[in-house]
Amino acid sequence: MSSASPGQQYRAFLAQGRFMIQRNPRTLRYVFYPRIADPGSGEPLEWIEASGEGLVYATTVVHPRPPASSYNVALIELREGPRMMSRVDGVAPHEVSIGMRVRARIVAEGGSPLVVFAPNTGGA
Amino acid sequence: MESFPRAATAVVGAATFGIGEMPGMDSIDLAAQAAILALRDAGLRPTDVDGLFVGLPDDAMSSLSLAEYLGIHPAITDNNRVGGSSFQTLAIMAALALDKGICNVALIAYGSNQRSATGKLVSASKPFAYEAPYRPISPVSSYALAASRHMHEFGTTRRQFAEVAVAARLWAQLNPEAFARADLTIDEVLGARMVSDPLGVHDCCLVTDGAAAVVMVRSERARQMPRKPVYLLGGAANTTHRWISCMPELTVSATVECAARAYRQAGITVADVDVVELYDAFTINTIMMLEDLGFCAKGEGGRFVEGGAIAPGGRLAVNTNGGGLSCVHPGMYGLFTIVESVVQLRGAADRRQVPGAEVAVAHGNGGVLSSQAVLVFGSESTR
Repeated sequence: MSSASPGQQYRAFLAQGRFMIQRNPRTLRYVFYPRIADPGSGEPLEWIEASGEGLVYATTVVHPRPPASSYNVALIELREGPRMMSRVDGVAPHEVSIGMRVRARIVAEGGSPLVVFAPNTGGA
Repeated sequence: MESFPRAATAVVGAATFGIGEMPGMDSIDLAAQAAILALRDAGLRPTDVDGLFVGLPDDAMSSLSLAEYLGIHPAITDNNRVGGSSFQTLAIMAALALDKGICNVALIAYGSNQRSATGKLVSASKPFAYEAPYRPISPVSSYALAASRHMHEFGTTRRQFAEVAVAARLWAQLNPEAFARADLTIDEVLGARMVSDPLGVHDCCLVTDGAAAVVMVRSERARQMPRKPVYLLGGAANTTHRWISCMPELTVSATVECAARAYRQAGITVADVDVVELYDAFTINTIMMLEDLGFCAKGEGGRFVEGGAIAPGGRLAVNTNGGGLSCVHPGMYGLFTIVESVVQLRGAADRRQVPGAEVAVAHGNGGVLSSQAVLVFGSESTR
C-alpha cells in the first residue's frame, strides 16, 4: 500500500471498516482530509484510528426541487480537532443542530464506503 | 514593509455590456464588446493594449484567446482563476506591471453567457472528493453552512439576511441596467423557496449573462485622457482555504487581513470610505464582509443592516448598482464591483450617485469565502 495515494489509503481503510485520520507524530496535531504531508510544517504524517466522536459545527438542509426530498449536510468537528463535511442520519434533517454530539459510522453508498454520523445518545 | 504603488495607476476606461440575457453570444463575444467599449471610453483602441488580463468561464487560456480575438500581441497577460475575486487580483498585478513599465495600457476584461448557455452557475473546478458524496449544492450549501454558524454565534436572523436582499433590490431599482428590478419585500424574501437552509432563492445571487472591462494606465498619462481618472490607492488579497470544510473559522474571512493591508497602503481608514462595492454572492456575504471590511464589529453585521441602513438613503452606500443579488452575476462578479466604484467616483451614477463620493472599496470574493481581495479607489482629491 506504500505507493497508494493518501486518498486511496483512506478509502482502503474505510473498506476495512476503519475510519482513519492522520496526525503529525511530533506535534500530535490531527489532519483531515488525507494528505502527503502535514499542512504548514511539511512534516510526515501517520495514520491513527479516529474516535468517531464529534460535534455538529455547522448545518444546512438542502432542498432539491420536488419530488426529491430534502436532506442534511453538516460540518462535523471531530474530537481530535479537524472538521469534515458529512451528514447526520437518524434524525430529521432540520432537527440537526449546531453543538449536537454525534458518532461516526461507515456506510456503503454509490458502491463506496462513506463516513456519516448519527446522534450520539451517550453510553460507551 | 509591503509597498504598493499608491495612486501610481488609474482606471481611465470602464464599461459593462450584455447585463441580463444575451442569447446567441459566446462569453468571448461579450468580453470583447465590453473591452472595446471600455477602450473607447478611454479614447483608445485594441492595438493600444500591451497588458491583457482576462477571465472567461470556460477557457483556461482566456487571455490568449481574447488577445487573438482583439488582434493584439500583449507583452504581459494573465488569466488567474481565484474565482470571483480574480479581477481584483488581476488589477493588483496590472498596477504592478504598469508601475514597473512592463506594460503601458492594461485591459482587464470578463464575459460570461452562463444564463443563456446553461441557466445555472458555471463552475470552473472539479468536485472535491471529501465533500461531493454528501451532495451539497455548489456553492450555495457552503455559504449556507457559514450562515448557520453566523446565526448560531451571533444571533443573526433570516430577517436580517432579507434586509440585505431588499436593500440590493432598492439600489437596483435606481439602475436601469440592473436585471432584477421588480419590487421585493422582506416577507417575500422570507417566504421564498428554500434552497439550502437558511438561504432561500432571494438570498442567492442572480444567474445572468454579462461582461465588464476596465482600462488602466500610469497616472501621469491618465490626467491627459478624456475621462476623470480613478486612482488605485491600494490593493491586497489573501486566501485561507479552497473548500468550506477547511475554512479556519466559518464566520471570519481573509478579508479582515487584506482589507487592513489595503487601507494601510491607501493611507485611509474605514471612516474615509464613501462607497462600498462588495461581492454579495449570497446575503450572508454582505453581513460578513461589512464586518470583515471594518464597518462594524464582528457579529454586528446583522444588526448593522437593519432598518434599510445599507439601502438608498441609509447610513452606508453598499452595492449601489444592485450587486450580485439584483444587478448582475454571470458567475464571477468581481469586475462589476470595480466598474461601479469607477462610475461612482466619476460622479456618473445618475439617480444612484452617492453625493461627493471620493473613496470607494471594490471587494472580491472567490471560491467559497476562500479568496478575498480588496481594492481602494480614490478620486483626484485623494492622490
